[in-house]
Amino acid sequence: MLKMPNLEVHQPDAVKHDTKVSAQDVNVYYGEKHALQNVSVNIPDRSVMAFIGPSGCGKSTFLRCINRMNDTIPIAKVTGKIIIDNQDIYDPSLDVVQLRARVGMVFQKPNPFPKSIYENVAYGPRIHGLSHSKADLDEIVGASLEKAGLWKEVKDRLNDPGTGLSGGQQQRLCIARAIAVNPEVILMDEPCSALDPIATAKIEELIDELRQNYCIIIVTHSMQQAARVSQRTAFFHLGTLVEEGNTTDIFTNPKDQRTQDYITGRFG
Amino acid sequence: MAVDTIPGSLPGPASGNARDKTNAAIQKSIRRRYAAERRFKIYGVAAILFGLAFLAVLFWSIISTGYTSFVQSSFKLDVLLDRSVIDPSGQKDPNALRSADYTLLARKALATALGADTANRRDMREVGQLLSRDVDVEIRNEVLANPSLIGKTIPVWVLASGRVDNLLKGQLDRDLPAAVRKISDQQLAWIDKAEAEGRLVKRFNTGLFTNGASSNPETAGIGVALVGSLFMMMTVLLLAVPLGVAAAVYLEEFAPKNFWTDLIEVNINNLAAVPSIVFGLLGLAIFINFAGLPRSASIVGGLVLTLMTLPTIIIATRAAIGAVPPSIREAALGVGASKMQAISHHVVPLAMPGILTGTIIGLAKALGETAPLLMIGMVAFVVEYPTSPMSPSTALPVQIYMWATSAERGFVERTAGATLILLALLICMNLFAVILRRKYERRW
Ligand SMILES: Nc1ncnc2c1ncn2[C@@H]1O[C@H](COP(=O)(O)OP(=O)(O)O)[C@@H](O)[C@H]1O
Ligand SMILES: [Mg+2]
Repeated sequence: MLKMPNLEVHQPDAVKHDTKVSAQDVNVYYGEKHALQNVSVNIPDRSVMAFIGPSGCGKSTFLRCINRMNDTIPIAKVTGKIIIDNQDIYDPSLDVVQLRARVGMVFQKPNPFPKSIYENVAYGPRIHGLSHSKADLDEIVGASLEKAGLWKEVKDRLNDPGTGLSGGQQQRLCIARAIAVNPEVILMDEPCSALDPIATAKIEELIDELRQNYCIIIVTHSMQQAARVSQRTAFFHLGTLVEEGNTTDIFTNPKDQRTQDYITGRFG
Repeated sequence: MAVDTIPGSLPGPASGNARDKTNAAIQKSIRRRYAAERRFKIYGVAAILFGLAFLAVLFWSIISTGYTSFVQSSFKLDVLLDRSVIDPSGQKDPNALRSADYTLLARKALATALGADTANRRDMREVGQLLSRDVDVEIRNEVLANPSLIGKTIPVWVLASGRVDNLLKGQLDRDLPAAVRKISDQQLAWIDKAEAEGRLVKRFNTGLFTNGASSNPETAGIGVALVGSLFMMMTVLLLAVPLGVAAAVYLEEFAPKNFWTDLIEVNINNLAAVPSIVFGLLGLAIFINFAGLPRSASIVGGLVLTLMTLPTIIIATRAAIGAVPPSIREAALGVGASKMQAISHHVVPLAMPGILTGTIIGLAKALGETAPLLMIGMVAFVVEYPTSPMSPSTALPVQIYMWATSAERGFVERTAGATLILLALLICMNLFAVILRRKYERRW
């Protein structure tokens, strides 16, 4: 019998939140390849949900369904329903630009625009017409950087290029850029995989704070990270959602043999 | 496992003897590898030296023939603007002023300066042969600009004849018999005298840059051709850049990947390799025979060069756009930018240095292009500056081509001189492209 790894698990909140995102029978095909099979899951608001699983199992694919980023891949085909606040986001009448303003995304590798720190954050509000004056925009930029925990570090050099920041700062800048358009859901695809442990700790701390106001979905290859930041966890394997539940339960009492094998380090 | 690499030896931990053998074998192969590396370096250096040597020969031959074209022999004359010759009626009628015999005035002034007998017709003819055949133009322009000068004596610099120029530049051997060198002993004496008095000097040749075509080498210049080339470059810039960039952006970002776009892509790449004369034929058929545009007009040349430059710009732009990392596109789309916004706010600005570099290189190629322009009849003898892209003009490389067909020494040096100017322009453009690329080169 394998021993459970000694994982410190974040206690789930006492309050149970309403479902924010609900996926029903989602299938994704890349040409002939059936990359995601019949995934159904409910993701609660104001909490962090982690997707774990061996690489290539479809975590990113599923995440990118939630803001329809897969639309940019010509061979990708998505079936099924994803409902955010009672609205099917694959409904033809829904505008994808509007959706992406509601569902922000932070990518694996920090990807600030090669522009100033200020411009990076101001870009989203500007294209969506969220500000009516320079003062408005300054306000939004300041507040977003503040929320992303970056304000103190960059307030004196807002006009310096965003690409000149350290990796961890760049990733927090990307988070600030995402929250500047006031989203409801924030998707994060392995946001710490390119960062050192100290920068990782800062981002995790930040995620924990952002949980108060947003529905956060994070893909991670680190089970420790999932255990530290998330309240619910979903385990993916070979394109299927194997098991989903409270993070504590998944890590201490998995129901499926594959989940158990994965978290005990048998594969992945 | 080094042992595995030695054929015939057994795998596994080597005994002392086997170990020595292995080491020896490795040593030998290392020596061989280093020798191969050295040989390769030598080949490389030899190839580069070979290329440089050719370049040096090329530049040496052009510069040594061409540098003399940047100066031109001129006489300093005090010309009496004789009222009885210029304006006998005294009415300052512009037509009369225009057709007066200024050559005579110049001859008289030179004869007086040289101490020749102005009454002796043979002397006067010989004096006249020292002056450029276009000498009247310079004096006439002075008079027309300021008719109040009539009756006064004014100092002017006038061009010496091509033969005098050759002599001064050492291109004509003064020890040849008079009949062969086509300068009489009397003329030779006069030339020496004028030179000694500082009356005959080699001055900077502004005419080379401002004059148009001429049958006399001393007054032939590339000015008109430069303006023609400028018109063509503007046409290319105005047409090829927007068309090329739009085509590239569409192909790279919007077009579906299917048989038709593949076909288009292959054809664009092929077009870039099509010999330029083919574009000339196309231009002749379409723009002149079908659309009825005037022959020898710079607009037609510009259109043909546009066709020729388009593939270059499309290919360069596509490469530049393709080099913008997808993460930037994703970032823009991720905050809710539309596809068009992601492209126009981020992708194209980031690709701009590459686009500009490609454009400048395309323009440089077009500037030096000759063959298609010959096809559309741009080989005209154009004296007047073109006033619009529709008026007759030539292009710089075509002017060089036309001069290259003349045997006269003055045209030979002008051929090389104009080539130098063309090369200088091309080097400047390429340098500009390199500087742009260096300045905006990004590390992601
Ligand atoms: N753009 C794509 N085109 C084709 N196949 C893809 C593409 N993106 C992902 N895939 C395939 O889909 C499967 C799931 O990939 P992904 O969602 O990136 O996995 P994960 O993020 O869990 O590591 C993989 O087998 C991968 O090869
Ligand atoms: Mg992934």
